[in-house]
Amino acid sequence: MRFVDEYRDGAIARRLLDEIRGMVTRDWTIMEVCGGQTHTLVRSGIDELLPPQIRLVHGPGCPVCVTPVALIDEAIAIAKRPECILTSFGDMLRVPGSSEDLHMARAAGGDVRVVYSPLDAVEIARRNPGRTVVFFAVGFETTAPANASAVKLAHDTGVENFALLVAHVLVPPAMMAILVSPGNRVQGFLAPGHVCAVQGFTEYEPIARDFGTPIVVTGFEPIDLLEGIRMVVAQLEEGRAEVENQYVRAVTREGNVPARRVVAEVFEVCDRAWRGIGVIEKSGFRLTETYRHHDAEVRFPREGAPASESEVCIAGEVLRGRARPHDCPAFGERCTPEHPLGAPMVSNEGACAAYFLAGRSRAEVST
Amino acid sequence: MCLGVPGKVTEIRGEGEIRMGTVDFGGVRRDACLAYMPEVEVGDYVIVHVGFAISRVDEEEAARSYALLAEMGNLENIDLPQDPEGVRDFIAEGPAAGPPAEADP
Repeated sequence: MRFVDEYRDGAIARRLLDEIRGMVTRDWTIMEVCGGQTHTLVRSGIDELLPPQIRLVHGPGCPVCVTPVALIDEAIAIAKRPECILTSFGDMLRVPGSSEDLHMARAAGGDVRVVYSPLDAVEIARRNPGRTVVFFAVGFETTAPANASAVKLAHDTGVENFALLVAHVLVPPAMMAILVSPGNRVQGFLAPGHVCAVQGFTEYEPIARDFGTPIVVTGFEPIDLLEGIRMVVAQLEEGRAEVENQYVRAVTREGNVPARRVVAEVFEVCDRAWRGIGVIEKSGFRLTETYRHHDAEVRFPREGAPASESEVCIAGEVLRGRARPHDCPAFGERCTPEHPLGAPMVSNEGACAAYFLAGRSRAEVST
Repeated sequence: MCLGVPGKVTEIRGEGEIRMGTVDFGGVRRDACLAYMPEVEVGDYVIVHVGFAISRVDEEEAARSYALLAEMGNLENIDLPQDPEGVRDFIAEGPAAGPPAEADP
């Protein structure tokens, strides 16, 4: 496929690795924020081919992983209401809630439907006027325009039986939370290319400046990632801390202006809890006043027992870059993609699933 | 979740309230919402995420930046990595490049 295959060229990859080796003079810790990037890095072995001075830590950019248990429980409770249809992207279905997941809710008779696009959920609402169709709106800035568009369409066309269960989170506040956390080791970031395709990268400029941390907007193919790492290492070695754009073919500084306009109309910034991390101020979205009657949490206030987590899972440490998946005593034994204890083992963007699928075992990795 | 796949716009149509189009992902065609891409024309490449085009691929910028990389990749006397396997086979082992799955963003 064009714009994919050529970014997997082995000769260019070798050359980039060689350049990175040639410029490193000391130890550096770099975080890739996005879970999609984590999977490419681990799957292509880039993290193991880099010189030993470069330590990659994996960030919280897996929206499935950071959606709080309480919201999963809420989705399950909604799915079990006979008057509701719960619609979701597929990878939310196996994420463990306090005592079950959405798959189990469906097996128990809940109407849970997987959709490709949130517009499909609006269509389901149109076809089922007697029931309330709730879309589980999980995602970062990349997904916000699609979800905003769905709510706006429902609102503008009078589809009153459509609601969003909003679990939207934002990247820059999470990066700042990592940088100010005690014991932070992250010295440079690969910023997520598709988040920036929507938002642009002006929000990252004050972070780079104020924290003295290089940030490189990076794409998703192996060559993109190697080039992004090379650019971060070059900044670190030269003592620069700027925002640079590796993913020039898809990202501009301003981002997608029409998309940002609709997102700003439909959503407003609010505090959000991140699974395994806790509440981060101004780190997510909720619906604005105009659209709040489409908010599932307003229509179906939470009830039932407080949410509870696995006591073994160290997902919070993994998501903050303080531990790597195979540091967890349950990794690959009690916790596998088939039987996950925590969300990062479920999602196709979770760091634990990436390590598991790449065959990394606890014994063979010593770092 | 933020998976975005590049594809070529083969058709644009107004569908009810929203600008829609057909996008070809290496031979597999799917509908995509083009509401956020008012300037996109048939033949352009876009990046599609959960059924929405979020960005136009700038072909000139891509060609320019890739030429620099390709030139670098063709340089002789490359010091190959020391690891026995060499760089893994990115083309074979790289992430799935197929079109977006039916219901798995």
